[in-house]
Amino acid sequence: MERRSHIYGVMGEFATPEQLTHAVEKVREAGYRRLDAYAPFPVEGLSQALGLKRNLVPLITLLGGLAGGVGGFGFQYWVAAITYPMNIGGRPLNSWPAFIPVTFELTILGASLAAVFGMLALNKLPQPHHPVFNVHRFSHASADRFFLCIEARDPKFHLADTARLLQSLHAHHVSEVSDD
Amino acid sequence: MSAGQPPLDSPEIRRLTPVLGPGYTYGSVTDKISAIVLTRPTSLGWFVGFAIAFSLMGLMTVAIAWLVIKGTGIWGINIPIGWGFAIVNFVWWIGIGHAGTLISAILFLLNQKWRTSINRFAEAMTLFAVACAGIFPLIHTGRPWMAFYMFPYPSTMGIWPQFRSPIIWDVFAVSTYGTVSLMFWFVGLLPDLATLRDRSVQKPMKIIYGMLAMGWRGSARHWHRYQSAYLLLAGLATPLVLSVHSVISFDFSIAIVPGWHTTIFPPYFVAGAIYSGFAMVLTIAIPLRKAYALEDFITMRHLDNMAKVMLATGLIVAYGYFFEFFFSLYSGNKFDVFLVQQRLHGPYAPFYFALILCNILTPQLLWFYKMRHNVVMLFIMSIVVNIGMWLERFVIVVISLTRDFVPSAWGRYSPTFWDWATFIGTIGMFVTLIFLFVRVLPAISIAEMRELVAETSEEEK
Repeated sequence: MERRSHIYGVMGEFATPEQLTHAVEKVREAGYRRLDAYAPFPVEGLSQALGLKRNLVPLITLLGGLAGGVGGFGFQYWVAAITYPMNIGGRPLNSWPAFIPVTFELTILGASLAAVFGMLALNKLPQPHHPVFNVHRFSHASADRFFLCIEARDPKFHLADTARLLQSLHAHHVSEVSDD
Repeated sequence: MSAGQPPLDSPEIRRLTPVLGPGYTYGSVTDKISAIVLTRPTSLGWFVGFAIAFSLMGLMTVAIAWLVIKGTGIWGINIPIGWGFAIVNFVWWIGIGHAGTLISAILFLLNQKWRTSINRFAEAMTLFAVACAGIFPLIHTGRPWMAFYMFPYPSTMGIWPQFRSPIIWDVFAVSTYGTVSLMFWFVGLLPDLATLRDRSVQKPMKIIYGMLAMGWRGSARHWHRYQSAYLLLAGLATPLVLSVHSVISFDFSIAIVPGWHTTIFPPYFVAGAIYSGFAMVLTIAIPLRKAYALEDFITMRHLDNMAKVMLATGLIVAYGYFFEFFFSLYSGNKFDVFLVQQRLHGPYAPFYFALILCNILTPQLLWFYKMRHNVVMLFIMSIVVNIGMWLERFVIVVISLTRDFVPSAWGRYSPTFWDWATFIGTIGMFVTLIFLFVRVLPAISIAEMRELVAETSEEEK
């Protein structure tokens, strides 16, 4: 195993999403696990090719929604029945149907906030700098090119061999990604 | 269906009226849309339009400043008409916002590809409309600096909001709606901000877009979670958009005022909101595609579909009007019957008939293919529907409040110069924001257009 601290990995550039997905499959067949693909739009089948499992965003969203709903109703109950009760013609203090609209809105609010901030947190964003940005042509990753980066921390990583593997998969430009 | 005519969703029809003009690649859609923001020189027309809109926004600022100095007495409101223009405009603006969420969330869930090129600016329209709407209840309180009383916060006086009040429901519904719309819009913008960051040449632009893009790099792992979050947001925004105008209709229907106290209000408010919203999307889309030569992205298919949605929701609204009328008569309640008479023969009857003309009769032209494909007619019709929906809220608010239960409580309402100044001023603010948006952010989602390119190229194979 060769591990060099100033190399983040090796990156190959592809022209089409099909080539990228194909390359990811082949690279994983070759035994590499520490890799990531970059595309200007979500490519169908790429997550499966990378072996990504179900993510945590739905669970976080559910928890956010539950917190918003339960917290919202509980808060209204506390305000209307406990801390600031108002006796209006003897009507019940826990007039729950009247609390439903706000409970509903807060459920949606809690779930949406959890979905967005959960997604950002799991993606470790904001992250202004990342080694892949050191590759000059990587600016095309947000326009019309598809990239595959095999990271140096992969146990199988070998600079020359890994680069050759990417070339054999019809990568246009294969370049080293420096770590700083 | 007659023989020889292909089924409506056949590849043949889709080829004839595509959602994307032919011959586009990932690179060319990126170039074309980002160029509007990054390289295209700002046209004289933009400056003229912006100057007019900005002046009107200035008028709004003056009107609000004068209101803060003098109080709500500068408006035409007085007892019994406490609501007047402020609430009419509030409901109108919120309704306009609804189409943006409908396009971005509901059509996304229904997998309608034609939403792709219109969802970004429709969402922007939602945000700006909600911003305009939010001004009205705030200034209508008379003491806008005390508006925080409506939020539950631990005060030293130990008082809390009344959660049984529709006005408090409104606060929660509208602020949730604004927040969720903003997040939905921003999440959609994230990949496009990265594109602008990578393509801008000037350093300050690179820094600003770079900060907004938060380091988005298009990683497949990120897309994986991004897609989950986007789908979930769409699923959450769908019931939200239906609830917001329902809650706003509760402001009316929970009250016992004749003409307001009906169960048909929530669905018919929601339909009306979508109706006016689609009209506003057309009002914006038609000049936008012309000014920036986006006819390949916002095709006739889009305009045609939007016209059809307008027609459908317009018919639901017509159904609402009819049954509102019918149930008032059928109930036998003399106050309700009297209200119907007031709509037809009272001092505000011309507004009611103008409303029927704008909202029910004019849109029937949309049944005709020729009308839906005549861009100028479509533009005029979208304006007519916008006016009609404004009249609807005027009729609901003013006629019911001027004709309460006892004649001693009757009154008249007419707006003053400051009412008009505030209203026209918010239109100025809305247009100003739209102009700025088109200039600094991609008006069409670039990432989704690339996806559309990938999908259409697959279909052709």
